[in-house]
Amino acid sequence: MPQFPKGEKAPVDGLIPESALVDVESRTFHAYVHVPYCEVKCGYCDFNTYTADEIGTSTQGTFANTLISEIDFAEVALEKSGFVKREFTSVFFGGGTPTMLPATDLIAMLGKLKNTFGIKATADITTEANPDSVDEQYIKDLKAGGFNRISFGMQSAVPHVLKVLERTHKPENVGKVVGFAKAAGLATSVDLIYGAPGESLADWQQTLEAAIALDTDHISAYSLIVEPGTKLARQVKIGEVEAPNDDIHADMYELTEQLLSQAGFLNYEVSNWSKNISERSGHNMAYWKSMDWWGFGPGAHSHVGGVRWWNVKNPAAYSDRMSAGLSPALEREIIDQENRDIEKVMLETRISDGISLEWMKSKGFAESNVVAGLIADQLVEPIEAMRGHIILTAKGRLLADFVVLKLLG
Amino acid sequence: MSPRATTSLVPGKTNPEFIRNFCIIAHIDHGKSTLADRMLQLTGVVDDRSMRAQYLDRMDIERERGITIKSQAVRMPWEFEGKTFAMNMIDTPGHVDFTYEVSRSLAACEGAILLVDAAQGIEAQTLANLYLAIENDLEIIPVLNKIDLPAAQPEKYAEELANLIGGDPADCLRVSGKTGVGVSELLDQIVRKIPAPVGDPNAPARAMIFDSVYDSYRGVVTYVRMVDGSMTPRERITMMSTKAVHECLEIGVSSPEPEPTKGLGVGEVGYLITGVKDVRQSKVGDTVTSAMKPATQALKGYSEPKPMVYSGIYPIDGSDYPVLREALDKLKLSDASLVYEPETSVALGFGFRCGFLGLLHLEIITERLEREFNLDLIATAPSVVYEVTLEDKRQVTVTNPSEYPVGKISKVLEPMVKATLLSPKDYVGTIMELCQSRRGTLVDMQYFGTDRVQLRYTMPLAEIVFDFFDNLKSRTQGYGSLDYEESGMEQGDLVKVDILLQGEQVDAFSAIVHKDKAYAYGVMMTTKLRELIPRQAFEVPIQAAIGARIIARESIRAFRKDVLAKCYGGDISRKRKLLEKQKEGKKRMKMVGRVEVPQEAFIAALSSSAEKKGEKKAK
Repeated sequence: MPQFPKGEKAPVDGLIPESALVDVESRTFHAYVHVPYCEVKCGYCDFNTYTADEIGTSTQGTFANTLISEIDFAEVALEKSGFVKREFTSVFFGGGTPTMLPATDLIAMLGKLKNTFGIKATADITTEANPDSVDEQYIKDLKAGGFNRISFGMQSAVPHVLKVLERTHKPENVGKVVGFAKAAGLATSVDLIYGAPGESLADWQQTLEAAIALDTDHISAYSLIVEPGTKLARQVKIGEVEAPNDDIHADMYELTEQLLSQAGFLNYEVSNWSKNISERSGHNMAYWKSMDWWGFGPGAHSHVGGVRWWNVKNPAAYSDRMSAGLSPALEREIIDQENRDIEKVMLETRISDGISLEWMKSKGFAESNVVAGLIADQLVEPIEAMRGHIILTAKGRLLADFVVLKLLG
Repeated sequence: MSPRATTSLVPGKTNPEFIRNFCIIAHIDHGKSTLADRMLQLTGVVDDRSMRAQYLDRMDIERERGITIKSQAVRMPWEFEGKTFAMNMIDTPGHVDFTYEVSRSLAACEGAILLVDAAQGIEAQTLANLYLAIENDLEIIPVLNKIDLPAAQPEKYAEELANLIGGDPADCLRVSGKTGVGVSELLDQIVRKIPAPVGDPNAPARAMIFDSVYDSYRGVVTYVRMVDGSMTPRERITMMSTKAVHECLEIGVSSPEPEPTKGLGVGEVGYLITGVKDVRQSKVGDTVTSAMKPATQALKGYSEPKPMVYSGIYPIDGSDYPVLREALDKLKLSDASLVYEPETSVALGFGFRCGFLGLLHLEIITERLEREFNLDLIATAPSVVYEVTLEDKRQVTVTNPSEYPVGKISKVLEPMVKATLLSPKDYVGTIMELCQSRRGTLVDMQYFGTDRVQLRYTMPLAEIVFDFFDNLKSRTQGYGSLDYEESGMEQGDLVKVDILLQGEQVDAFSAIVHKDKAYAYGVMMTTKLRELIPRQAFEVPIQAAIGARIIARESIRAFRKDVLAKCYGGDISRKRKLLEKQKEGKKRMKMVGRVEVPQEAFIAALSSSAEKKGEKKAK
């Protein structure tokens, strides 16, 4: 499970400090719903997920109702904190595997969000899905219930890679469910993972070609990260599997960029490609642009105007807090202006819109000789830099952390 | 057994006939300080209640390491055959780095106790000091110490000593500094065998300085041996080397705490306080005379301290530079042989180029700086002094590889030493191998007793300053010992090897080495740096070069990926905190051109054989 950052204790009434109200009108508002259930726990996964049906007082059957009570809680807490009600600009159901729950549960939660806060007509309303846990009817139901986008955890098209990743779905199912989704009128995306132990460049090429053939609107491709505490980390430690190699990852990334751009995709963030600007994940863009979002569900993180909090991880503890009428937040941090600026550089450098040099310089970042060095190392686009924007090259995207560190000086 | 003397002789009015001046020559750990402790107790100058171990060693470092760095003199009363004597024990430094100071201490004595561990036999450094003592015409009293040890072999080593200095093995005294056995016999023997000092009481005063110690309360305390004439408090005195005149504020003897007296007469040993604040104004070996009635001839044997080994000393935290400067300024007050000047290094920042008498001196100074001034330091590889002659006849003295001249060089002179190595005979082969690999030339080989061998070599000092001693110790399982003395300059086939990071020279790693070893040095340093320097966003070549000629090359491949693929809502705080950590780490990076090198990498690369140092630094 990922380590939470260290924060201060979050107040039980869920009230947000006044500082978060500053410039509120310049930020859009988004909803994330965390469904912490999975059929099996994959060896590499460090997300907050559970395979059991019952955890203490919480069950999958009562989960939607518990989460709905957090939506009510959010409404009250925001209002008491002085926020004018804002409609959601995007909604995203992630996990876990949201589609472990019946479509009616997802629709009920979405309906509650809509009734309580409202959702903009143009909003991206996405759910993640496991190719094996949905069928044609389920997808039709989602569409009818208000979802307009679906993201499938495809990961790989190569059986031995799926096996190492401990993914149980059948590769051929992906094509089928993507077809259902398109037929139902949903925008589609697939998630891919590269760099698994034993995966060759040719294997990855096969996966990319299969993903391209699905003709989705959007593709995310992530390099496999060995997160501490996962089964994979233990396997690497005892030498059972080889640690992922950054040089191979770099080769695979370059191949990804090459094949996807040939197929008409545009990279818009380090790990994300879309056919058009309109098909970017509006929800993820909100994270990278430091917008406001409320994360509902166990372990979900929220961010409102420089205040970030995270809910208790355990579904039973979450459910206990909700039934007691208390905030599910475990801890929070109030990010000062300097750190908000640092986060802005850290996040916006990753996206293809880039980040303004003028703004950075006004904050004392991006010294001229540093920028010159980045240009010399072919990490940022030179012409864009001269026009006042830092935009990473493909090589630079692989070294985004280095570039950020340099820019911050 | 002689009783303690009931009355002491009055300093300044003592007939030289009843004075005995002696020192103890011993190897580190052979029990010199413990023996001295017993003498202090036995003669009653320190009562049993105030006795503490190694009473005379004042610095913590001396007591902890069991070695004496600065000598002192103690006056003890002793009764022999009904007469009271004044016994002046002059404590000598035991280490080869301080040969000059040793020779001055010896010159203040008429006799020496040759103290040898009865379980270990004589060691090379003791031999060197013994040699100096014999040169100074001292009466030698051989003594085996630690006879209480189960492993003691007094017969064997008595034989060894008799072989060495002549005489009958039976004349070799057997004592235990620990239990006190044999110590009073030893004191008797000193009275019997060591000659009384001889001097002209009516001649102008001449006193030889054999030690000079800085005391933060009293200023410089100068230890002297009166050779001719006498001196009294409130007298104006002259230092003959500098002609500087001081007022003598206090004269006294140590017994062992300082006791002011009415003066010092011929043959006596004591101290002077003049109020000067810097030991450089009161130099070991110099002659003190009266300003009113000065002597015309200084005593023989004075020379200026000359550093043999240089090293750059840098604070690990650059902001400690002023503290380091202050610390050196302070140490200088009590150590006339320490020289230093500011130096800047690309790799290490601001520091000082320091000259030392030898490796131990270097180690002691760095340790004192770290301990007494709470500094974290890094010392560059020690370097010796080279005399370089260019083809245009220009001559350059090089104490730091970075001063090595560019241009056509006609010859390079390097300091040579005569090295004496002592070891059980089983290790002769491995020692010879070591010396050969260090450009040593065998002078001779000599057996002491049946199983110990002395090897004498001439070899370049540079070969010794570079991990020779550690190597010797490990090859001989700790039994080998080493001593060396300067032996002039010789022409060497030497070159300067530079280390370049992405074309930029890293000064701290330049070295002057023998031509045949240049390649090995280049490979060693480039390999080491490749392992120590983290990958950068671009490829970094590491080269070793002699002038423009590259002799070894490694490269650090560029890293190509460092980005975490996911950065969603729950990742942001974590990632920002990681970034803060990386930023913190970056602050401790040194830039060589565009290459970021962690300070630790430089330190690791410089401390080739300095595991011991690492331990010490662990606070």
